[in-house]
Amino acid sequence: MNEKLADWTMGAEAIVYQDCAACGARQYFRRSFCAACGAPSPVQKRASGEGIVYAASLVCRAATPETRAHVPYNILLVDAAEGFRMMGHGENGLAIGDRVAARFTQFAGRLVPFFEKAK
Amino acid sequence: MSYIAGVGLTPYGRHEGSSSLDLMSKAAAMAIADAGLKRSDIDGVLCGYSTVSPHIMLATVFAEHFGIRPSYAHAVQVGGATGLAMTMLAHHLVDSGVARHVLVVSGENRLTGQSRDASIQALAQVGHPEYEVSLGPTIPAYYGLVASRYMHEYGVTQEDLAEFAVLMRRHARAHPGAQFHEPITVADVMASKPVAMPLKLLDCCPVSDGGAAFIVSRERTGEAGIRVRGCAQAHTHQHVTAMPALSELGAEMSIAKAKAASGLAISDVRYAAVYDSFTITLAMLLEDLGLAKRGEAAARVRAGYFGRDGEVPLNTHGGLLSYGHCGVGGAMAHLVETHLQMTGRADNRQVRDASIALLHGDGGVLSSHVSMFLERVR
Repeated sequence: MNEKLADWTMGAEAIVYQDCAACGARQYFRRSFCAACGAPSPVQKRASGEGIVYAASLVCRAATPETRAHVPYNILLVDAAEGFRMMGHGENGLAIGDRVAARFTQFAGRLVPFFEKAK
Repeated sequence: MSYIAGVGLTPYGRHEGSSSLDLMSKAAAMAIADAGLKRSDIDGVLCGYSTVSPHIMLATVFAEHFGIRPSYAHAVQVGGATGLAMTMLAHHLVDSGVARHVLVVSGENRLTGQSRDASIQALAQVGHPEYEVSLGPTIPAYYGLVASRYMHEYGVTQEDLAEFAVLMRRHARAHPGAQFHEPITVADVMASKPVAMPLKLLDCCPVSDGGAAFIVSRERTGEAGIRVRGCAQAHTHQHVTAMPALSELGAEMSIAKAKAASGLAISDVRYAAVYDSFTITLAMLLEDLGLAKRGEAAARVRAGYFGRDGEVPLNTHGGLLSYGHCGVGGAMAHLVETHLQMTGRADNRQVRDASIALLHGDGGVLSSHVSMFLERVR
């Protein structure tokens, strides 16, 4: 098993996905195998952070004091340029179909990806 | 062969001082009495879960508390689809001879037993712990995401979604056990507080206390013969990030299999009981099931199609949106109401003909689906 490439879920400013050498499937949720074909050790890769907004929901009612401090915050599903889908935060007012690029920001004590409209 | 032999349902809303076990017991006693059975007749127990009082063996905790010693018992967890998943399992258990009378029961003091924040937090955990939950989404946000996409692809508007909240409230007004009876309009829904856009407060079901139960039996126990004609499930994903395209969701798969299992078509359906955690859930499921064309469910609501006197009356008790949502019991109320309609006991809510009903449950974020046809036999 390869060593884990650090990503934002581990506090590093990076988005990481996995690429299966056997079947070519890409997956975002890290596993020790490919969920499409079962082959072991999919290759870890750093994503560019570029993508297109698939869905967006502006959260106005949060459930914890830590997250409430950020209200309203925009939750996005982004189709990454590399061919996987991920959840992130984004600028308010982003619309479905917008081209976006990721930076990173602090949210409720953690590092999270934050998408802005691509220049 | 299996029959829904009896049903029990408490009012939903506040049950101050009642535990989850209290609410389960109350509903169970009602269902057993309704089936004309004794507690000792129950040889199978299936129960849901309680977020207020989680337990690794809730079915036996309940059986001991209630005072029965079943030969088959365990809990089932499929989120909002749990009630129908248990019914499907009970159907197969009695059909295969494992049990004779299965008690399907759930109840939860979700409103008064914990804070609303705690409920919202507990439910948000259906998300991925690392890749989603750490971003601070809520259950309304998961469905808000789905809603934004559905509206984008099919031209559905927020006003369209509001129609479903208004319809469920209109239906709830005729049920004394519903949590909400004040009439609402589309304008009220549009003006209600934003929760997770495009979903506003009145697009979301409430948090409730309540209990529901039914008995699934091998033979009919009374005059009413309400039979499970066919049912099926589909599970495509857990997390919204991993959800397939809108055209490939599980509801379409489960209804296709349920139609095959029952030999019925959507045109046979006289009454519908469809999961409605949010207005978008109901709109999407109606269209996925084929009860309306894509993007046209709201138009059917406006035309009265899903009203008490319409072609296919829908959730005449008010659904999760207005009867209330106490967890697993929430969608079980849909089945209880369906049974009352099919047996002609729905009082002022009674529809003309509920001889064939379609029920559909959804758990997670459109992750788990159960479709079921019930039929009245003479």
